[in-house]
Amino acid sequence: MEDEFLEHRYNINRRHFLGKIGLGLGSAALSATLLPKLFDGIGGGEQEALAGVTHFAPKAKRIIMLFQNGAPSQLESFDYKPLLNKMYDQDLPESIRQGQRLTGMTSGQERFPLVGSIFDFKQHGQAGTWVSDLFPNIAKITDDICVIKSMHTDAINHDPALTFMQTGSQIGGRPGMGSWLSYGLGSENENLPAFCVLLSKGQGNGQGVYSKLWSNGFLDSMHQGVKFSASEDPVLYLNNPDGMSKDERRIMLDQLSLLNQMNYEKFGDPEIITKIKQYEMAYRMQTAVPELTDMSKEPDHIIKLYGSDCLTPGTYAANCLLARNLSESGVRFVQLYHQGWDQHANLVGDMPGQALDVDRASAALITDLKQRGLLNETLVIWGGEFGRTNYCQGTLSETNYGRDHHPKAYSIWMAGGGVKAGMSHGETDEFGYNIVKDPVSVHDLHATILHLMGLDHEKLTYKHLGRRFRLTDVEGEIVKDILA
Amino acid sequence: MSQGKLLLILISITAMLSSCGSPSAQLPEKVSYNFHIRPILSDKCFACHGPDENARAQELGLHTEAALFAPLKDDDTRFVITKNKPEMSELYLRISSQDTSLLMPPPEFGHTLSENDIALIKKWIEQGATYEKHWSFIPPKETVVPESKDEWVMNEIDQFVLAKLNEVDLTPNKIADKEQLLKRASMDLTGLLPSIELQNRFMADDSPEAYEKVLDELLADKHYGEKMAVHWLDVARYADSHGYQDDGLRTMWPWRDWVIHAFNENYSYDKFLTWQLAGDLLPNTNKEMLLATGFNRNHMITQEGGVIDEEYRIEYVTDRTNTFSTAFMGLSMECAKCHDHKFDPISQKNYYETFAFFDQVPEKGLVGTFDASFADPPSMEITNEDIEGLLAFINKAPDDSVSVMIMEDSVGIRSTHILARGIYENKTDTVYMSTPEAVLPFDTTKFPKNRLGLTQWLLDDEHPLTSRVFVNRVWQEIFGAGIVKSSGDFGLQGDLPTHPELLEWLAYDFKDKGWDIKRLMKQIMMSATYKQSSAVSENKLAIDPGNNYYSWKSRIRFTAESIKDLAMASSGLLNAEIGGPSVKPYQPDGLWAVASSGRGILKEYIQDHNEDLYRRGMYTFIKRTVPPPTMIMFDASQRGLCQVKRFSTNTPLQALIMLNDPTILESSRVLAEKLMDDESSIEDKIKKGYQLILCRQASSEEISLMTDYHKKQLERFEANSDQALKFITVGEFPMAESRDSVQLAALMQMVHTLFNLEEAITKS
Repeated sequence: MEDEFLEHRYNINRRHFLGKIGLGLGSAALSATLLPKLFDGIGGGEQEALAGVTHFAPKAKRIIMLFQNGAPSQLESFDYKPLLNKMYDQDLPESIRQGQRLTGMTSGQERFPLVGSIFDFKQHGQAGTWVSDLFPNIAKITDDICVIKSMHTDAINHDPALTFMQTGSQIGGRPGMGSWLSYGLGSENENLPAFCVLLSKGQGNGQGVYSKLWSNGFLDSMHQGVKFSASEDPVLYLNNPDGMSKDERRIMLDQLSLLNQMNYEKFGDPEIITKIKQYEMAYRMQTAVPELTDMSKEPDHIIKLYGSDCLTPGTYAANCLLARNLSESGVRFVQLYHQGWDQHANLVGDMPGQALDVDRASAALITDLKQRGLLNETLVIWGGEFGRTNYCQGTLSETNYGRDHHPKAYSIWMAGGGVKAGMSHGETDEFGYNIVKDPVSVHDLHATILHLMGLDHEKLTYKHLGRRFRLTDVEGEIVKDILA
Repeated sequence: MSQGKLLLILISITAMLSSCGSPSAQLPEKVSYNFHIRPILSDKCFACHGPDENARAQELGLHTEAALFAPLKDDDTRFVITKNKPEMSELYLRISSQDTSLLMPPPEFGHTLSENDIALIKKWIEQGATYEKHWSFIPPKETVVPESKDEWVMNEIDQFVLAKLNEVDLTPNKIADKEQLLKRASMDLTGLLPSIELQNRFMADDSPEAYEKVLDELLADKHYGEKMAVHWLDVARYADSHGYQDDGLRTMWPWRDWVIHAFNENYSYDKFLTWQLAGDLLPNTNKEMLLATGFNRNHMITQEGGVIDEEYRIEYVTDRTNTFSTAFMGLSMECAKCHDHKFDPISQKNYYETFAFFDQVPEKGLVGTFDASFADPPSMEITNEDIEGLLAFINKAPDDSVSVMIMEDSVGIRSTHILARGIYENKTDTVYMSTPEAVLPFDTTKFPKNRLGLTQWLLDDEHPLTSRVFVNRVWQEIFGAGIVKSSGDFGLQGDLPTHPELLEWLAYDFKDKGWDIKRLMKQIMMSATYKQSSAVSENKLAIDPGNNYYSWKSRIRFTAESIKDLAMASSGLLNAEIGGPSVKPYQPDGLWAVASSGRGILKEYIQDHNEDLYRRGMYTFIKRTVPPPTMIMFDASQRGLCQVKRFSTNTPLQALIMLNDPTILESSRVLAEKLMDDESSIEDKIKKGYQLILCRQASSEEISLMTDYHKKQLERFEANSDQALKFITVGEFPMAESRDSVQLAALMQMVHTLFNLEEAITKS
């Protein structure tokens, strides 16, 4: 019965149960009395998700995902492969490529000349983590992070790969990770949405982001990611119009409430009461959100930590700081997207600027969460949608090269929230092409993330069109080695 | 009796009571396979003992009649089910076993049967275990209408509804008052509020035919086609951009013009469906029929450089197949792309046989990168001559050149294969055009092997789903939920109909009377079930919280499109033009720019001006990667995939839109100006505001509340006249220079308050 009950709570559609058993059986009245709680908060406006139903003790309460959109090269960041420098301009051996499919951008190329990182690598921290010189600040926090060098994915193009990383499926229409967590755990703060999305663009080649990445898919729209913007309205339509003060707005809401209640007395529809409550929450958001987006009160040492860019709304640094504020206030899932990592050509010219944009603020976020005592309950994830090839795309020269998409191996890192600090997980071969130890699929990563949040990825399901969907589809193994 | 035995009995009685109530007391008199047993088996057992051959454990299936009564694999003296004898039925023994190593479903599977489930299965076996074909796979037959002399009854629909209501001792509501009724009917048929003129005319008409006359008038209204089209655009995943990464412009809007035209002209559903699925294959095909086939080209198309052509081409054919199945048959076939369906009798072979119908198009996965083409081939140019002739319904400026994507078959262009795990390069067996035989076998002596044949198959008298699915969705759009709630899933995992006989009757009648959509709309809207009041008592809510019995008319929030239309129409801003290219009204700055790759003509949102700002919501430009935010927040479809039902949520973000979106504020200002221009008292202005926005007379209490409110607003703005000026300065619609800004601001605030009432955006 408990399972049944959970099952029904997962299927938050209050009408579902009645529909399922059919009518004409004298059972509808019964079901209403048997499961009265299912019908509370009629209308879907209330926080009627699972709200805190975890399957086991969570390690992390909140997630900040620093998505590096466009796919940063693992070979210039965390996966050090000196052999590639030694084998400069030699062909990728077929024994390594093993028939791996290629994108249309390099499939016409006559040869696949290997190229190593032009940027130096050094070992850092007690763990001796390899980091390239492009990321000096991340290099300083390596003992707080866990680098996974053995990520792999199924897709070789941005759109499907990004969609896969975010929703567990290459084709859109499924809920994103944040929506699943909103559905599974609800919000910790009744004045803020459970799932917030922040966008920024770097200097490099951009690839666009799409709302399907933070769509609620088949879940109730209340689980949709709420996109924050750098404009005066950090949340769309948040501010009262010109000429309308907060006090006058209050008077209007009181008048609305009065009139709505008169209508409720006439019709008895509980949706009317929900509507009144939603207007009140909107009103509270109008105060709560600006407090979080206002960086002017941040002390100097924080500005210094994140870099002065953090005072310019819409930059990656500003978004990192905003992410901290949102997360600290109880937002379950803060999703950043930073465009510009698609270095098909001119990697040498492009990537340093791109790294400069994110290195300092990414590290600052970890340091800041740590000093606030929040890192242990906040899971931070940094990475892109796939890796890049160990061979050059386009013209190879001593001073410049490009890299195509590579799905078979790439690196990401995680920190805090129940993840082991100061370790590297997984290995690729000397060519940085194939994984030789501890592969982690996208489904595995999702299973692990849910696990850290106290959710069993096989039990967090939603029934839609006859099937119980999961974030992890029918796969996913928890990566136990990285659990603290 | 020993004390030990007595104790045991007491424990078991307590256990029974503390489980799902006392099971035996709740069991139906006659247990039905379709209504009670199959839902349990499908949900809890089919994953391992169902249609998917590869997943079947112990070679034991529970999904067919033969399998249910078969002997066990290892012991042919024992049977899955022995009729009338649960204790000799392995199925019952295993689900009721105390031994966890024998218990089914296995505890680690995660889905357990409830006491009630087990008791139902036991009773069903005791009663002889009668098997039935899945209800929705039996073709609808003419159904006997229950008879009642109750004066509430207005047509056959009510007979069915009342019969069910009587079973649970619920009484339906009386007919709604005329104001409620007119708003409801007008919203359902045009998506717009009735004009004041129509309101007054209807209120003054005391004849018994007054309501029917209004329905006829609204059915003939040119906006009817627009209202009906919105749902179809969701089903057909219509959009103005290609979707995927760079998300360039496409010009499929002439197809949208055709949909509006088809509804307005009341094309019968069989014609509507045939032209869209196979207009190019009709013997007398013409440009209108070709245009209709754009339905199958509305799917997303990639423009991402470097993709593998075949991978995406397969994706498009997949989308067509899935859309075909969900849109017309209410079946979700997509599971069978990768493996035999776990629940429904659709094999992977069936999937690719259906897929084959859509696999003959001379198309590419990637035509070119962003802005390569607004209409990838096969496509068709719409000329000025077309507009003067056959395609007169297309709203095209004479100097625009427009191409639309259409369907075409190059017969024999490629063979279709089963793709292992659904992956484009894993070709296995060759398959040929056919359909899932469990629904209806594809009789090649009767149907040609192409999309036209597929269409004829769909419309065959023996096809069990086509009419049911469509009728159910029309019902859903009117009542907020279908008779089958899972309107996209009529399969084994779907919801059962709340009123199976009514659905049967409606479906048969619809087909029998020539698939006449306007007739169906009118039929439903003439019923007392539809016309009853939407007031609901706590008692009714407690007994039937989902209103599955229709003892009141559910109140339903307006669609995203209608909310915008409401504001513009009440204020007179609405540009009532029909059709044409999509428009870009007010939208917060930077939404496209921050998300785009920075390439292509859609990289930035360039807002339109003048009358293009005031087109109906359905013409708002839909860029798939960044759909219009106010629409999405009010649950509009993102148009990526076929969608047959929208949510109806109630969120704080919606409140913020109603409070702060310039579209709503501008309408408030313009309506306030109109009211100001009337030489009337404030009470009269309030009354008119109520009529224009809420379609009803204000009560005296409301008038006095609003008069006080307005007075206070006036005082506030008088004290802050600069605030008043700022407040009224909204929107591009010109304002007379001589306006008294304080007066206007106070009136505008009154109007804006009315727009924000729950009632304003609710069909009551």
